[in-house]
Amino acid sequence: MSYAKAQSKNVVWDWLTTVDHKKVGILYLAGGAFFFALGGIEAVLMRIQLMFPDLAIVQAQTFNELLTLHGTTMIFLAAMPLLFGFMNFIIPLQIGARDVAFPFLNALGFWLFFFGGLLLYVSLFTGGAPDAGWTAYVPLSSNSPGQGLDYYVLGLQVSGLGTLIGGINFLVTIINMRAPGMSMMRMPLFTWSSFVASMLILFAFPALTIGLLLLMLERLFGATYFAVDFGGNVIIWQHLFWIFGHPEVYILILPAFGIFSEVIPTFAKKRLFGYSAMVFATLIIGFLGFMVWAHHMFTVGMGPVANAIFAVATMAIAVPTGIKIFNWLLTLWGGRIQFTTANLFALGFLPSFVMGGVTGVMLATSAANYQFHDTYFVVAHFHYVIIGGVVLGIFAAAFYWWPKMFGYRLSETLGKWFFWLFLIGFHMTFFVQHFLGLMGMPRRVASFLPGQGLDAMNFISTLGAFLMSIAFIIFLIAIFASTKNRDNVQDPWDGRTLEWTVPTPVPEYNFAQTPLVRDLDPYWYEKHEGDGKIKAAEPLGEIHMPNATILPVTISAGLIVASFGFIYHILPLIIGGFIITFGAMFVRSVKEDHGYHIPVEDIKRDKEEGK
Amino acid sequence: MKYIWRLLPISFILLLSGCGVENLSALDPRGPVAEMQYSLIQLSLYIMIFVLVVVFAIYIFVIIRFRERPGDTHIPKQVHGNRTLEIIWTTIPILLLLMLAIPNVMDTFTLADMSVDGGEEDGEEIDHVRIEVTAHQFWWEFEYPDLDVVAGQDMYIPTDTRILIELHSTDVQHSFWVPALAGKQDNVPGITNEMWLEAPEEGVYMGKCTELCGPSHWLMDFKVIAVDPDTFDTWATNMAEPPAHLAEPEGEVAVDGRGVFEESCISCHAVGDEGGNLGPDLTNFGEREVIAGYLDYDMDNLEAWLRDTEDLKPGNEMPSFNEDAINAEEMDALLEYLDSLKILEE
Repeated sequence: MSYAKAQSKNVVWDWLTTVDHKKVGILYLAGGAFFFALGGIEAVLMRIQLMFPDLAIVQAQTFNELLTLHGTTMIFLAAMPLLFGFMNFIIPLQIGARDVAFPFLNALGFWLFFFGGLLLYVSLFTGGAPDAGWTAYVPLSSNSPGQGLDYYVLGLQVSGLGTLIGGINFLVTIINMRAPGMSMMRMPLFTWSSFVASMLILFAFPALTIGLLLLMLERLFGATYFAVDFGGNVIIWQHLFWIFGHPEVYILILPAFGIFSEVIPTFAKKRLFGYSAMVFATLIIGFLGFMVWAHHMFTVGMGPVANAIFAVATMAIAVPTGIKIFNWLLTLWGGRIQFTTANLFALGFLPSFVMGGVTGVMLATSAANYQFHDTYFVVAHFHYVIIGGVVLGIFAAAFYWWPKMFGYRLSETLGKWFFWLFLIGFHMTFFVQHFLGLMGMPRRVASFLPGQGLDAMNFISTLGAFLMSIAFIIFLIAIFASTKNRDNVQDPWDGRTLEWTVPTPVPEYNFAQTPLVRDLDPYWYEKHEGDGKIKAAEPLGEIHMPNATILPVTISAGLIVASFGFIYHILPLIIGGFIITFGAMFVRSVKEDHGYHIPVEDIKRDKEEGK
Repeated sequence: MKYIWRLLPISFILLLSGCGVENLSALDPRGPVAEMQYSLIQLSLYIMIFVLVVVFAIYIFVIIRFRERPGDTHIPKQVHGNRTLEIIWTTIPILLLLMLAIPNVMDTFTLADMSVDGGEEDGEEIDHVRIEVTAHQFWWEFEYPDLDVVAGQDMYIPTDTRILIELHSTDVQHSFWVPALAGKQDNVPGITNEMWLEAPEEGVYMGKCTELCGPSHWLMDFKVIAVDPDTFDTWATNMAEPPAHLAEPEGEVAVDGRGVFEESCISCHAVGDEGGNLGPDLTNFGEREVIAGYLDYDMDNLEAWLRDTEDLKPGNEMPSFNEDAINAEEMDALLEYLDSLKILEE
C-alpha cells in the first residue's frame, strides 16, 4: 500500500481504524474526558444530596448507584485512560521511537477499555446501575439483585483486559525501542514512571481479573467461593481486590509524578535534582505498593500481627515519596520559575499532595485507623492524593503537551482562572471532610440526620464541589476558545526532552531520522552544548509503518456482544460474540499484513515544508 | 492562597480541640480505647504538622525567591543532586516514622488483647461483661451470653467495666463503630471478630454502621447506653426475666394491643422469652429514644413506621401494615402496648 493510500479520506473510519500511537493517545484522552465528565456529574449529584441534612433529592438506592459509578468511573474509566492518553502520545516521542512496539495491540487496548466502559454505563438504562461501591465487597455485591453488578463485573473485565494489554505494550516499547544513546538512566522521568506503572499493571491486574472471574461465576453460574453457608469466605474477595486495588493507586500516581518531573524542570529551567534518586524512589514506591494492600482491611479482623506489619510497611512508603517531594523542591531551588498554567498545576500539586500524604501516614497508624476507617476522613485522604496528585497532574500535562498534540497553546488567562477556581474548590470540598469523618460521619451514607454537628461542613463541601465544576467548565471553554491561537510551534516552552524536537503537528513517522541521544535532557544538551539540533543516528531512508485496521474494534465489539449474552443468559449471543472476537483474531493471525513504506521523497518533502 | 496554607496547621489544632457533637465525635473521647486512639491521632498529627511546616516553609521560600522576574533571562546552574541532602531527607523521615510506628504497634496489640486476667501484678480478674453483637440489614442485636439476655438496638453496658465484644453478621458485611468509646471493627459474615471497650461515665453514646450494607446503610444507627453497675444488674435481671406486665398488660387497651402484637408481630419480634428473632427484641421498647434506629420516639412516628416501613427505611425486611392489616383502633392499642414495654421503671 502506498503512503497516500494509507491516508483515509473518511475521518470517522480513519479514527476507528488507526493504529498510530498519537491518534490512539488522543482517543484515550477523548474517551477518558467523556467518562471524567460523567463521573463529575455523579459527584455533583451526590454533593447536592449531601448539601443539607436529610434531603431526598436522590433516593438512597440511587445514591448507592451514584457512588459506585463515580468511584468505578473515575478510577478505571477516567484517570487511567487520561494518563494512558499522555503515555501513548508522549512516550514514543520521548524515547525517540516511531511508534509503540505493538501498534495493533495499542488500538485494541483502547477499544476494549472504551467498550468496557460503555457496557458499564448501559446498566443505567436496564434497570439499575451497580450499587455495592467501587470495591464491590461480597456478599453485598454477590447478592445484589438485578443486573447492575453483572454489568460491573463484565464491563471491568473487558476494560481491564485493555489496560493489561496497554501496560504490556508500554513495557515492551520502553525496553526495546529507545533511540541509540538513550540508556535506561537517560530516560525522562515520565517514561520511567510510566514504565514502573506498567510493571504494576502487569502484576496487579491479574488479581482483579481473578477476583472478577470468581464474582462472575458466583453471580451468573451459582458458584460459592464467597457464600458463607457453603463454606465460602468473603475476605478472599477483599484480598484479591486490594492486591489489585492498592497498586492501582500507584499506577495512577506514578505517571502523574512523572508529569511533574517533566513540567517542573522545564519551567524552573533547571535539570531535575537527584535524577537517580527519583528513579529509585519510583521503583521503591512501585515495589512497596505490593506490600501494603491489607492496610485497607485493618478492621476486618486480621489480628494484631498482620495489622502491625502492614502498618509499618505502609508508613515506609512515606520515605521514597518524601524523597521525591524534596527533589522537586530542590529542582525549583535556584531555578528561574515561570508561572505558566502547566507549572501552576505542578506548584499547586506539591502542597496539596503533601497534605494527602500526611493523612496517608495517619491512616497507616493501624490502631488509630479503627477510628478513621470507612469515614469521611478516608474520603478526604484519597481525594487529596487522587485529585491533588493525579488530576492536577493530568491538567498540568494537558497544558504542557497540548501545543505538541494539537498545535495550539491553551489560553493562559482562562487557564489561570481554571487553576485557581479548581484548587480553591478542591480544598474547600475535601479539607472539611477530614473533620466530618472524625466527628462521626461514615462514608457512603446516602444522607445524614440533622443535629449531629455535620451540617455546616457538608454545606461548605458542596459549595467547593460547585467551584470545581465551574472551573472545569472554564477548562472546556479554554479548549475551544484557544483554537484561534493555532501556530503549530515546535518548542513552545524551551523544552528539554525529545518530544520537543519533532515538528508540530507531529508527522506520522515521528522522527524522519532516529535521533542520537547524548545526555539526559537531550534537547537541552544540544541547545547548550551542541548546535541546537539533535544528531541523527541513521541516514534518511524509507520508513516502514503499520497499516490501519478495523479488527481491534471488531474484537472488542465481539466481547461486548458476548457480555450481554452472559448477563442475560442468552447462549446464542455468547457464542455469536465469541465467534466475532475469535474470528477477527483468526483473520489477524492468518492474513498477511506487511504494512507500508513511506518513500524518502515524501519525508524530504515534509522536512522542506517544515512539517 | 499562600497564607491559607500557612494557617492550615493552626486551624487544624483549633478545630481538633472540641469538635463535633458530644458522644458522637472521635475527637471527644469518653473511654480508654477512644482516648488511646485519640492520643495516637494527636501524635501522628503533630509529627505530620512538623513535616508540613518544613515542606511549606521551603516551598514558599523557593517560589518567592526563585520566581522569574521581568527581564531575567539567565540560565540557572544545572545541578545534578546532592548526596548529603539526599541522606538527610531519607533519614529524618525514617526517624519520624519510628516515633509513630512504635506506639502504634504497642497500641495495636493492646487493643487486640481480650484477656481479663488482670495482668501479672495482682492476678485479679478484671470486671467484665461479654456481648455478642450481630449486625443485620439494618439493625443491631446484642446478646449477653452470660446473662441470658438478648436486646435490640440499645446496647446497655455498666460503667467502669470492660466490655468484651464479639462481632457477627448474618447477611452482608457491617461495621460496629461508637466513635466516642472505641474505633470500629467489622461484622463479617462467617467470621467472628473481637474488640473491647470501656465507658467510665454514664451516658448515651451514638453508634453507627460504617460499612456500605445497602440502601439504608446511613440509617443503621444504634446506641450504647452506659449506666451504673447496679442499674445494669437490674436491667439485665429484668431483661432475662421480664416483669409480668409485658406479657399480660394491665390496662384494657394494652391487653388488646398485646393481642394485635401476638397476631402480627410476635413471629419476628420477641418480648421477654416469647417471640421470634428475625427482628429486634422489643422487651424494653418503651425505653428507646428512637424508633427504627433514627426516628424520634413518639407515637406518631411509631405509627408512621408501622404503616410504611419501606418508605422510612428502604430495603429493610419488615413488612408494612396498612389499614386492612391493622385498623385504626387496633393500631392505637398496639401503640399503647408497645409504649408500655418498660423494664427499668417500677
